[in-house]
Amino acid sequence: MVDTKVTLSGLVLDNPVIPASGTFGFGKEFSKLYDINILGSFSFKGTTLSARFGNPTPRIAECDNGMINSVGLQNPGVDHVIEHELKELKEYFSKPVIANVSGFSIDEYRETSSKLSKQDQVGIIEVNVSCPNVHNGGMSFGTEPKSAYQVTKAVKEACDKPVYVKLSPNVTDITAIAKACEDAGADGISLINTMLGMRINLKTKKPVIANKMGGYSGKAIFPVALRMVYQVFESVKIPIIGMGGVATAEDVIEMMLAGATAVQVGAQNLIDPFACKKIIEDLPNVMKKYSINNLKDIIGGAHNG
Amino acid sequence: MEEVIFTVKSNKKIAKDVYEMVLVGDTSGITNYGQFVNLKIDGVFLRRPISVCDFEKGKLLLIYKVVGEGTAILSGYVKGKTINVLTGLGNGYDLLVSGDNPLLIGGGVGVPPMFGLCKALVKKGVKPTVILGFNTKDEVFYEKEFKRLNVKVHVCTVDGTAGEKGFVTDVMEKLNYSYFYTCGPMPMFRAIEKVAKTDGEYSFEERMGCGFGACMGCSCKTLVGNKRICVDGPVLKRGEIIW
Repeated sequence: MVDTKVTLSGLVLDNPVIPASGTFGFGKEFSKLYDINILGSFSFKGTTLSARFGNPTPRIAECDNGMINSVGLQNPGVDHVIEHELKELKEYFSKPVIANVSGFSIDEYRETSSKLSKQDQVGIIEVNVSCPNVHNGGMSFGTEPKSAYQVTKAVKEACDKPVYVKLSPNVTDITAIAKACEDAGADGISLINTMLGMRINLKTKKPVIANKMGGYSGKAIFPVALRMVYQVFESVKIPIIGMGGVATAEDVIEMMLAGATAVQVGAQNLIDPFACKKIIEDLPNVMKKYSINNLKDIIGGAHNG
Repeated sequence: MEEVIFTVKSNKKIAKDVYEMVLVGDTSGITNYGQFVNLKIDGVFLRRPISVCDFEKGKLLLIYKVVGEGTAILSGYVKGKTINVLTGLGNGYDLLVSGDNPLLIGGGVGVPPMFGLCKALVKKGVKPTVILGFNTKDEVFYEKEFKRLNVKVHVCTVDGTAGEKGFVTDVMEKLNYSYFYTCGPMPMFRAIEKVAKTDGEYSFEERMGCGFGACMGCSCKTLVGNKRICVDGPVLKRGEIIW
């Protein structure tokens, strides 16, 4: 028997597979297809203090080996999430969940995180300082070390749950941002969010996405994500949740070798609603194939020697 | 929603850029007319949502227009090719509120879902009237198929090269009907909204990420709150749409 368990800041996960925020809603649609309790955990839809409709449509564009989205943090607001979505979630998910939080000011991050961290179901707060789809929003906090430090510190002070900061790849040096978060007391780092991209429709000669640009995700960004996880692993001591283009059990292992303790699956959930189930079922076989008995032994394995 | 592997039985061109594809496989996930399916097409990342034209046990009929890379690849699929399909997506039309003589209005590639709906209404003993609108003669399809259902069919083209010259609304204004169902482009919807005499239902199109409610890629605002075109639609009632 192989052991797929990993631990994130004291939280033991049966396996490292976590659907990424924004690709899994609150799990309801997926729970109708399979028992989502097989997941390590999942990161729910990015939540803000107030309800948001998000950006105009079209919000989605096809790309080579991936897609661009510009949803713009559509969510019903933190109070609604606590009153409705999390209550409903209890009926089909019994493990601690990752609460993904976004904001437009440090106070907003603090307040939303504080409310969510008081919920028993929430195991980890994942602070999104990297959404490319909102003006004056998340990403500006995640593109310079000083503001990343301030948000992390504020959220950390307001929460009694582990705080992970989700970083943007759209920066010159991601390790400087990661270090700033660690210095501010972050318990872990999630990376990467989507890469800023765009498409233009040749027929209309205008951008496909109504908001012009959006976040590129999917298989194509895996090598970039892997490289950044590798770099951040060498820069910080706190655990990393790796994501970006993960689609198979092999990708999960590769991410872990680069330094990820757990791995999130994003865009793949949208084109294959059974993606996480398949990865979890496949993982023991792939581990055997590569003579891995205990998954946590391989974390950062690519760095040794 | 169900994930089903279908096999292509036939895939042929029936009008300019328009193909009719018959697929064999488990259709039990499809529960209503006006729903759509989401096809995994080789060589593109996102699935492609296509409205259900008609279905029966073990057989699915799709009519699609080649509008880009994905549908171009799909048009090259031949008999025997298998396709991974998510079936039974979206709400579909409410057949219970049709009244005795509903109007079915299909514009261009919005015609296909009207076919299955028409068949189902006829089977219920309702007498629908159908208006099929196209730009020009080369684009016209399924006129005969609708006529075979023994319903009154009006074909119109913008340039007058087939059927009556004009827009679907020119025909619509001359008719009396109990309710209307429509699928087609937004300019047609806006025109219908101006002349419609009864309640009705519009089926909307939007670029989708997942097609099953997870990604919020196809959201729209309505008078009764935010909706996702893929699960709360694609069919919206006349009274809830913000124009």
